[in-house]
Amino acid sequence: MKLSDLTSHAGEWLRGSGPMSEIVISSRIRLARNVSGYPFLTRCSRHQRQTLEHRVRDTILGAQLAPQVLYVDLDQAPQTDRDLLVERHLISKQHASAEGARGVAVGEAETLSIMVNEEDHLRIQVLRSGLQLEEAWDQINAADDKLESKLDFAFSPRFGYLTACPTNVGTGIRVSVMLHLPALKLTSEIEKVFRAAKDMRLAVRGLYGEGTEATGDFYQISNQTTLGKSEEEIISDFKHLVIPKIIDYEHHARKMLMTERTVALDDKVHRALGLLRSARLLTSEEVLSALSHLRMGINLGRVKDIDIRAVNEMFLQTQPAHLQKLQGKRLEGDVRRAARADFIRSRLNVG
Amino acid sequence: MKCDNCNKAATVHLTEIKNGKKLEKHLCEQCAAQNEGLPVKSHTPINELLTNFVMAHSGIQKETGTACENCGITWAEFRQSGLLGCENDYALFERDLTPLLQRAHEGATHHIGKVPARRGGSGVPAKRAVDLSKLRKELARAVEAEDYERAAKLRDQIRQAEGG
Repeated sequence: MKLSDLTSHAGEWLRGSGPMSEIVISSRIRLARNVSGYPFLTRCSRHQRQTLEHRVRDTILGAQLAPQVLYVDLDQAPQTDRDLLVERHLISKQHASAEGARGVAVGEAETLSIMVNEEDHLRIQVLRSGLQLEEAWDQINAADDKLESKLDFAFSPRFGYLTACPTNVGTGIRVSVMLHLPALKLTSEIEKVFRAAKDMRLAVRGLYGEGTEATGDFYQISNQTTLGKSEEEIISDFKHLVIPKIIDYEHHARKMLMTERTVALDDKVHRALGLLRSARLLTSEEVLSALSHLRMGINLGRVKDIDIRAVNEMFLQTQPAHLQKLQGKRLEGDVRRAARADFIRSRLNVG
Repeated sequence: MKCDNCNKAATVHLTEIKNGKKLEKHLCEQCAAQNEGLPVKSHTPINELLTNFVMAHSGIQKETGTACENCGITWAEFRQSGLLGCENDYALFERDLTPLLQRAHEGATHHIGKVPARRGGSGVPAKRAVDLSKLRKELARAVEAEDYERAAKLRDQIRQAEGG
């Protein structure tokens, strides 16, 4: 498996299938782990950092976590490759732009990825399409068990898994669900979600995690409490309390748009479609916003002749690194915006 | 809404659970500061912000506290970066860390959940701990809903699970 093999299709998380996929884009779980006997990364010497990376990489590749595992040495990888991995949610922005010995292992149709030497020695992640938190937990728990049999993870009976930042200590778990909430945004009721999330001690972030704007009406909801609650409890709260409540809000808003603001709704959807079909220069923000409205239009049956999977793929393939990989060359400024508009028109079958 | 103590507008809302009973208080900033010892500041004065900024960048704040034998980090250095230096720091700074952890983790101070096999865990989260914390949550909910019959049952279940 090579990195370039990934560009031709959407990653697992954007496949747009899976339970509740009209609103729930993806379910993600990550575990923070550190290897006992090495300092945390900010206190590692260059040599320690390198030794650690090699040791963890060899362990991952020998642990039979998936039939095929691709390991990318991020200290050596070119910028476009690192950006591509960020766009596919396989590594964090911070990991892409950091310095020193570090890498990522990717396997099992991109559902599993392990960042090596990010904020913690290991950041194990499982990403699945739609609402599949329990499946994601089973998968990540099994991967963690396999790694644990080869590596002694820093752990204390009182504090649990020890992490560089005390906000992750305990289970080291972060559960994130990515939601597409265009109707709540259009009806200005998205604040309700923010308030409800805050009451439940959850964080709301944008498409690419920490410090990013909520573009394309995508919102990531994740837990902040990692100590004093078991993994199952956190996951169960998400599955039974948090996510159904937000899905209800969004359904309600969509229904309201359909019954009381039909013309305004159709206008939004068809303006978006018009832009995507006709524009000759498009920025990625414009595309995200238009695709978001189009996606809602398809889900609500207002647009019938476009496949939702094509829309899901376009979200990813119009991002800068993907676009450049697909075209096989570096693109800047207007050339890139033109290539983006051309690509979309070809996918929507217009000349 | 008016302050419980005086006639000013209440801007601080507190919910306390005492002996399983919910207590709500609505106070103005002054009463909150006086009665509850809550430092309430709506705006940080600009000079304070600047002082903090200068201190943070000049190393003035560096205390001569204990440094970790293993990684060399001091408490002051941790407070600046927000990141600990090694696994030993949790034990070394246990006393200072505890209130921070409580604030970050809804009052929790102890791990519940998965334990690695080599540390005596079965690889899967301790079942008993899960059940207990679930029961406690349900109890809180039952009390809130004033379903005392159910609350009494849950209390008995918790006692039994605790082995007492």
